[in-house]
Amino acid sequence: MTTTNGLPPTGKSARIELVCPAGNLPSLRAAVDNGADSVYIGLRDNTNARNFGGLNFELPAARDGLDYAHRSGTKVLLAINTYPQPATWQRWTRAVDTAAGLGFDAVIIADAGLMRYAVRTHPQLRIHLSVQGSATSYEAINFYHRHFNVRRAVLPRVLSLAQVEQVIRNTPVEIEVFGFGSLCVMVEGRCALSSYVTGESPNMTGACSPAKAVRWEQKASGLEARLNGVLIDRYGANENAAYPTLCKGRFKAGDDVYYAIEEPASLNALELLPELDRIGVAAVKIEGRQRSPAYVAAVTRVWRQALDACAQGTAAPQPRWSEELRRMSEGQSHTLGAYHRPWK
Amino acid sequence: MKLALGPLLYYWPRQSVVRFYEEIARSSVDIVYLGEVICSRRHELRLSDWLDLAAALEAAGKEVVLSTQALTESESDLRTLRRIAGNGRFPVEANDMGAVNVLAGAAPFIAGPHLNVYNPHTLSVLAGLGVRRWVMPVEMPRHVLEDMQHARPAGVETEVLAFGRLPLAFSARCFTARRNNLPKDDCRFSCIDHPDGLPLDTLEGAPFLVLNGIQTQSAHVHCLIADLDDLAGLGVDAVRISPQSRHTADVIALFRQRMIGALDAAAAARELEQLAPGATCDGYWRALPGMTPPGNAP
Repeated sequence: MTTTNGLPPTGKSARIELVCPAGNLPSLRAAVDNGADSVYIGLRDNTNARNFGGLNFELPAARDGLDYAHRSGTKVLLAINTYPQPATWQRWTRAVDTAAGLGFDAVIIADAGLMRYAVRTHPQLRIHLSVQGSATSYEAINFYHRHFNVRRAVLPRVLSLAQVEQVIRNTPVEIEVFGFGSLCVMVEGRCALSSYVTGESPNMTGACSPAKAVRWEQKASGLEARLNGVLIDRYGANENAAYPTLCKGRFKAGDDVYYAIEEPASLNALELLPELDRIGVAAVKIEGRQRSPAYVAAVTRVWRQALDACAQGTAAPQPRWSEELRRMSEGQSHTLGAYHRPWK
Repeated sequence: MKLALGPLLYYWPRQSVVRFYEEIARSSVDIVYLGEVICSRRHELRLSDWLDLAAALEAAGKEVVLSTQALTESESDLRTLRRIAGNGRFPVEANDMGAVNVLAGAAPFIAGPHLNVYNPHTLSVLAGLGVRRWVMPVEMPRHVLEDMQHARPAGVETEVLAFGRLPLAFSARCFTARRNNLPKDDCRFSCIDHPDGLPLDTLEGAPFLVLNGIQTQSAHVHCLIADLDDLAGLGVDAVRISPQSRHTADVIALFRQRMIGALDAAAAARELEQLAPGATCDGYWRALPGMTPPGNAP
């Protein structure tokens, strides 16, 4: 068997697993009912990278969610993917103990020290390397495999498809990539823009551009979006205002005003599914634990259909899938992100 | 405490780099980190050139460390990494876990500021693999560093960034090429036009960030010169100054004067403001937003 690039197939799993987000029990049920293979959730504290008010799971809800998912044969993964700090270290180890005790199918961890705790204390617990671990090469991924028996790594949204393939060929670790959702233009786990402006960052607090720092002000010159006082964008009367994530604002370089870092667009890699399948990607992740159950249901349904079609060899994306996903997207525009070289 | 000069983060013409390090060789800095940390396309100096500079600086009595690229993407990046790791003479600063994997067990190495060491357990993992110094992540506040210092593994030194624009983020995208509407693969090496990076202002003209290829830096200059006694009291072993195109030797001299007690903290801070390429800030150290100016409440 040959492949489109003339290289032999990687021989890894042909069936791509669909990994979907849930910020609460209704979203988890929506993901399960619409065909997710795995659902990932976080506990209601700063041990996970979507530490937003009203989001995430207390223990009783986590138990209910595990029961519901496991009855359908869906796996549940616990994201413990912020970086523990010395004074509160036990909160992170307790989260790992909780995952083992409640029967989560894997933990998603970024911090090497916490991985060491997990593998020593719960050797049966499956560890996935979080995207927040910033592992962008097989050398980095193999580090986590060698020392902590990491079984799967989630790749930062940094590599081109050819680079993803190169990683897969050189590691025994399963590779999970982002398929859809909000797009971090920075390497995950290596961005302190949010704490520079607001004091809260993904690494230390589990938050980026937090809502409590956002102020909207209608001025004569337009609608201003500020983050802790810093002007992130200004919208004219006929422009749609977007949430002021600080890397997606308009700034000035010299006399030019433009989206200097990234436009408010979503990642959508649906059209790359046949390629992702060919190069041996093990799982596709949908971003969006902060999104509604209706969103999770709709996106999961489309991706389930697309993955099933891909597995049957009828992979051409259908226009109605793309249309449905487009309606779900931030800024209602899509990008292939770093998978597509010119984006860089 | 020792005085360290971090790696040159910008892209300068070869002759400028050579002249810069000639001046550094004559300065009172103790440790010099050398090498290309940002972008594999930058080619004014090759590894052999960096090694020549390293030898010259070592001959001038400096401890020299070779720094690795922070974002590794391609097989070619990994080849460069392996060549640096295998240089056989100078210790290496690992700036991602791929570098740690290559260096582990081979030779003592330094854990760079981009490794995400936020707790003593992670530091102890690295110490077990040969780390002899770690550089604190820029967003770590004083009170967390204090906890780290109480629990740090024996034989591991601590280094803290004390002066320079904050290295805030890395991306696969090149923002300097984007500024010029060029694709990254045909960037025409635009970084060389911006010896201190490309300033990015808010729509109301306030200095905000600095674009440096795939790196985003703060426009404000992180400055802890007023806190050097405190840093020494916490058992910090080295403070880092980040290179800029102008006044770096003066900044080093000023830090040295402050460290030997020839200048008081307030006077040193005032003088340093004149040498910094932007307004100063120290919020991260005080557990505030990083951009907060010294002395300001939140």
